[in-house]
Amino acid sequence: MLRYTLRRLIIAVPTLLLIATLAFALLHAAPGGPFDSDKRMLPAIQRAIEARYHLDEPLWRQYVRYLGELSRGDLGPSFQYRDTSVNQIIAQGLPVDATVGLAALALALLVGGTVGVSAALWHGTRWDHAPMALAAVGISVPVFVVAPLLILVFAVALHWLPPGDWVAGSPSHLVLPVVALALPYIGYVARLMRGSTLEVLASPFIRSARAKGLPSRLILWRHALRPALTPLVSYLGPAIAGLVTGSIVVESVFGLPGIGRFFITAALNRDYTLLVGITVLYGAFIILCNLLADLCYAWIDPRVRLR
Amino acid sequence: MSARPAGERIPMSVPLQRPAAPEPPAASPSSVPPARAGAFWRLTLRRLAAQPTTRVAAALLAMIVIGCLVIPWLSPYDYYTPHFDLLSRGPMLAGAHLFGTDPLGRDLLVRVMWGCRISLAVGVAASLVSVLIGVAWGAIAGYVGGWLDSTMMRAVDVLYSVPFVPFVIVLTVLFGRSLWLLFVAIGAVSWLDIARIVRGQTLSLKQREFIEAARVAGVRGVDMISRHIVPNLLGIVAVYATLTIPAVILFEALLSFLGLGVQSPMASLGSLVADGASDMQAHPHLLIVPAALLSLIIYCFNYLGDGLRDALDPRSR
Repeated sequence: MLRYTLRRLIIAVPTLLLIATLAFALLHAAPGGPFDSDKRMLPAIQRAIEARYHLDEPLWRQYVRYLGELSRGDLGPSFQYRDTSVNQIIAQGLPVDATVGLAALALALLVGGTVGVSAALWHGTRWDHAPMALAAVGISVPVFVVAPLLILVFAVALHWLPPGDWVAGSPSHLVLPVVALALPYIGYVARLMRGSTLEVLASPFIRSARAKGLPSRLILWRHALRPALTPLVSYLGPAIAGLVTGSIVVESVFGLPGIGRFFITAALNRDYTLLVGITVLYGAFIILCNLLADLCYAWIDPRVRLR
Repeated sequence: MSARPAGERIPMSVPLQRPAAPEPPAASPSSVPPARAGAFWRLTLRRLAAQPTTRVAAALLAMIVIGCLVIPWLSPYDYYTPHFDLLSRGPMLAGAHLFGTDPLGRDLLVRVMWGCRISLAVGVAASLVSVLIGVAWGAIAGYVGGWLDSTMMRAVDVLYSVPFVPFVIVLTVLFGRSLWLLFVAIGAVSWLDIARIVRGQTLSLKQREFIEAARVAGVRGVDMISRHIVPNLLGIVAVYATLTIPAVILFEALLSFLGLGVQSPMASLGSLVADGASDMQAHPHLLIVPAALLSLIIYCFNYLGDGLRDALDPRSR
């Protein structure tokens, strides 16, 4: 297990470095400097600003400095919001993302898992086909289509829920964003669980349990469910990565003040440091999630470590 | 090495970020030697047509493709000229505005069909780019093997962790928004799944007798890969190409929805959904029409891909 962990870590480090390097390269390849504006600046002021942000140093020194700051978790100053660091902006948005993301993940696992297992148990009947057709719809309809439609139905037409905005501690403001974010993942998880449950139920050890005379419920809960859950574990890494993208959309549709919304604002404002800082953060987060998912998987299924 | 083991079945459709490495179906067209390739494709096509869902999906897609090619050409309206006497009308037969008009009085049907053109063109072109890169990468890594294989596949592992949607957004911000950048950027990021699958299949093909026979006959290197390996991978490549197209269409639509893709007055399905969403209280048809069409396209491609996978899967024969 230790060797496996080390090997995964050895892959994770160059990945992080690659993302940081790409980020640095993008920042410097961008046409136009961050302080190019319509107003002409006095050369002395321009030099002062460049010195302030170390833009006057040779590129390799800037790169080393950038990596050094990054390794301390410092993403630098925002170029649009003066006197605010990228870290402060991220810290401000993070609680929103964490709440919405975790709630959506929990919802996807709970609903998707239940639907998938029950579809496998009813294999071949309408209780299998109908939920799976629905799951296919959930996967096919993109978040940015679901989100406005949900608002249209539940907020505009029925007035059941608020159409957006963020009120801290108000669960009713959370419902629509969380459901919109979770819907595709409910579909994925349902399909995944159905497939793996079917596969496990067809395996010889389940047949032995049946032959032994164990009641079906016991077979399901005690024998079938655990091996059926393993593919879900390795799916969690990519799923969380997808939630990150989804949160960008959901936040801009529902007007939630999360990191994703700042990301889009930064894209439209050409706030390079904020834009690249958030990208690096996303990258690090995805690497971490993949690493954790892989380690969990290897922990559950020892065969993986040996490969 | 990847920790995603064989045997798991990941539904492979439409991830915005990529899902875990999709496992190729046990199917391998390699069970058919090259001489009978025509028969193999005919058989696959027949099995595909035997499933009613894929028949429906294929028919719907064909209708959409024909529609988006023909309707803008036949219609008396274009997608860019405003008509201020017809602002945001609902669907109506008078004046042949079947889907109504948008807030600038432009015919929604024509705009939606132009959107389909853009979406389908981006989907097919970028998928082609990704298939070319993925097949070349996977086949070379798998066939050559050794350190080259492990280096190339390690590179794929590394790229899997790059947050591509944010990166493409950064690219479009830094280097301007052009359709070409969109093609290249999307194509360049969506080849990873195909590369992995092709490599796996190549490894197992390498063990087979006809490859050995070819080697004895003196076939080497590029010839071996292009004449003997790749043709025997086409079945599985077709499956994943079909599943890459909707993923790419979604990606483009997402960018356009966020205002980072195609620019007004040109429309893609994503930007039409965004326009509709901003005006949905007063004129829901502006949201519902493009949203339904986009979902329909994605749904059909997914069903077609799944059907193709089933048709190639020997377990379902």
